[in-house]
Amino acid sequence: MNRFETVFERPAFIAFTVAGDPDYATSLVAAQTIIRSGADILELGIPFSDPVGDGPVIQRADERALCAGATTDSAFALIREIRKESDVPIVLLVYCNTVYSRGAARFYRKAKEAGVDGILIVDMPVEEADLVMEYAKESGIAPIFTVTPTTPPKRVKRIADLAGGFLYLVSLSGVTGKRTTLSEAAVPLIHRVREQTEMPLALGFGIATETHARQAVAAGADGVIVGSAIVEIIERNAGDAVGMERELSEYIGGMKAAVGSSGVFPADGDQNSV
Amino acid sequence: MSKGRFGQFGGQFVPETLMAAVMALEEGRSSVCPTKEFRDELAFYLKEYAGRETPLTFCRNVSADMGCRVYLKREDLLHSGAHKLNNTLGQGLLARHMGKKRLIAETGAGQHGVATAIAGAVLNIPVEVYMGETDCQRQSLNVFRMELMGAKVIPVSGGTATLKDAVNEAMREWAASSVDSAYILGSVVGPHPYPEMVRDFQTVIGTEARRQILEREGRLPDTIVACVGGGSNAIGMFHPFLKDDVKLVGVEAGGRGKAPGEHGASLESGRPGILHGALSYLLQDDDGQVIETHSVAAGLDYPSVGPEHSMLKDTGRVHYESVPDDEVLNAFRYLSRREGIVPALESAHAVAYLIREQVRFEKDDIVIINLSGRGDKDITREVVHEQI
Repeated sequence: MNRFETVFERPAFIAFTVAGDPDYATSLVAAQTIIRSGADILELGIPFSDPVGDGPVIQRADERALCAGATTDSAFALIREIRKESDVPIVLLVYCNTVYSRGAARFYRKAKEAGVDGILIVDMPVEEADLVMEYAKESGIAPIFTVTPTTPPKRVKRIADLAGGFLYLVSLSGVTGKRTTLSEAAVPLIHRVREQTEMPLALGFGIATETHARQAVAAGADGVIVGSAIVEIIERNAGDAVGMERELSEYIGGMKAAVGSSGVFPADGDQNSV
Repeated sequence: MSKGRFGQFGGQFVPETLMAAVMALEEGRSSVCPTKEFRDELAFYLKEYAGRETPLTFCRNVSADMGCRVYLKREDLLHSGAHKLNNTLGQGLLARHMGKKRLIAETGAGQHGVATAIAGAVLNIPVEVYMGETDCQRQSLNVFRMELMGAKVIPVSGGTATLKDAVNEAMREWAASSVDSAYILGSVVGPHPYPEMVRDFQTVIGTEARRQILEREGRLPDTIVACVGGGSNAIGMFHPFLKDDVKLVGVEAGGRGKAPGEHGASLESGRPGILHGALSYLLQDDDGQVIETHSVAAGLDYPSVGPEHSMLKDTGRVHYESVPDDEVLNAFRYLSRREGIVPALESAHAVAYLIREQVRFEKDDIVIINLSGRGDKDITREVVHEQI
């Protein structure tokens, strides 16, 4: 019943894309390509007008999707379509007002019906989680929370106690976006959170290359999350669905393989980042 | 329930990446702001540097026209020409006590950016101001003012390239640099502790006005009027009068009309929603997407409002209305002509309310208008001679 239980038995590759970017049809192709190419978990962002937690790449994706008419309902429709051929765990990344505006009870019910397994609300720290915890429990949707390098130890415990599914470790201070190297804060973060909880730990923010992925897994991450690098492929291939599919499947395949070859630290840095 | 609530409103709706910064600010505020050293220092800057206290001016001509006793609280005479400096000096001093090496701010019309640039210059802390590209163009004089005082102005092109997007970008930058940098938020919006902290720094307006009117009239006013965008000048004026039998009126931007996107009246037309860290009345579509706003006054061009105002609306303690752009422009010209005082277009909203509602007032009624800023920045051919 809980799709997360088995997925982290081996290191998992988690791929993010914005629902409806650049339009509904292309977004569906992108999501299906990501899944077919081996992503273990699909993270879908519902676009928001004011994404304060995101860097420029994902902001632009949100704007493209909203311009093309993306809504909360169209994101749920997209998930239902994906579910016709895949059982991969799906995590929604949303901003709080998207949930609040719909009504948390209704939002979680609709999400469950569509086939969502976890929901991460970007701008909802544990202090504000009362807003949704009851509905998360009722629907069986895992409440996913983030831990950052600046989260104090006591707070990590509090977050882990409330969280479900996995913990999303933010590898750096700031917003989403590709970086050339894995943040120095990432490895110590994995180590100190591991001391506090048995939950699966997935590392995200600033991860783009196979080297980053291997380093994260070698440091003990149970999963690696990539967002901006994928969204850039979609952006770069605007109007060329075939090119997008090819580039996405190559990239996802490479990342998946890197995550899978766990514990093998690379001799030197590959720069296959796009 | 989280901290910083005003009834159901407020809270701390920020990404976990910002929680450490927000908590450090709470801690800094509660340990530094109540100390005598801090209060004396702030009092010094407010008096000797910014020019407090500001006068409470009795307006003979306007009073004769309106048929009541009209006073203006002259925040337009504060150094920088607007009330914003009360807050930036307070937050700037706090930042210095907390050892911050840089001030980050957002600005819409540029008034808060200018006030932050001033605070940074006098307190010797570098300043970076995020400003929507659209606003940079339409308020270029303020961009020069900030640069003249050594601030770096960073144009923001995302979203609608206006105030809300400048806030988004400043929050992103803060998330990446909060160890060294203080985020100087310009209004009573944002996550806790900003709505409380900014209110406390602006309450000097109402505290002075209360004492001044008691000295002049021997009694409290019947009505106080202030414009509301984010709502910092209004809350600073209202707060010392909340427990009194004084009618409080907040005036929002009615813009070009009631249709979505044509105004900035979040309390009048919005519904509760979450933006920039707080639950408050918000202009949004059915899906919760924030919608664009319009006002002739750039400082009121904001889709949400301070959470305390949302509570005061729901409890009925403060009465909120809006006035449209054309009435604001009339009020702008009217006060300039009748009293020789050019109000900021933001503050002219409060004047416009008085003009519209003048028949409600009796001869002996005392009305205080918070003249939150001066209008030099707004003087253009169109505003002086024609309708917009």
